[in-house]
Amino acid sequence: MAELKAAAPPRNWIPVVALGWFIPGGGHFLLKRPGRGAILAACVALMFLLGLMMRGAMFQWQTGDLLTTVIYCGGFIGDLMSGVLFLLARAFGYEQPDMAGHVHDYGTKFLVAAGLLNILAMVDAYEIATGRKD
Amino acid sequence: MPKMKLSHFEASLLFALLTSIVLGIISKRTDRERLRYAAYCFGYFVVAIFALGWLMYLGHG
Repeated sequence: MAELKAAAPPRNWIPVVALGWFIPGGGHFLLKRPGRGAILAACVALMFLLGLMMRGAMFQWQTGDLLTTVIYCGGFIGDLMSGVLFLLARAFGYEQPDMAGHVHDYGTKFLVAAGLLNILAMVDAYEIATGRKD
Repeated sequence: MPKMKLSHFEASLLFALLTSIVLGIISKRTDRERLRYAAYCFGYFVVAIFALGWLMYLGHG
């Protein structure tokens, strides 16, 4: 059986999670897990870039009835969770109207999914930083 | 930025692949377990893609 490393002592998790949000995989680099960080960064970035290349739409913060609020606000938070990728796309003027067509639709989902994968990476970094995981 | 044109199947496979890798990386403790879990998730994604594809095809009539 493979011998498992003992979990590292807990440390302040706030900068780890903050960096993990801003640069996908960055929290793992800060915790000296460069291999895992690089793979997570590559997956999140690739998912986001594929979403852009499929001309996916970015969600705008919009409230109204319950379903509208859940979809648009949830979608916006999902987009935002990609960190610097989202901020750069916005800064360079990426603006895609919501159009009919399955490729655009997949693109929109890929953009949100990139953010959701980054949330998973941030939770993983949090668990490593607090010593719950090695 | 180049524009991509993918079929439903290609887009679903790409989604499944990237999601499976992340799930494998964050869920398990050793590299061997991670690889196995990622492959396991990817396999289930592919099975679900085919199952739902056939379900929609048959349901559509």
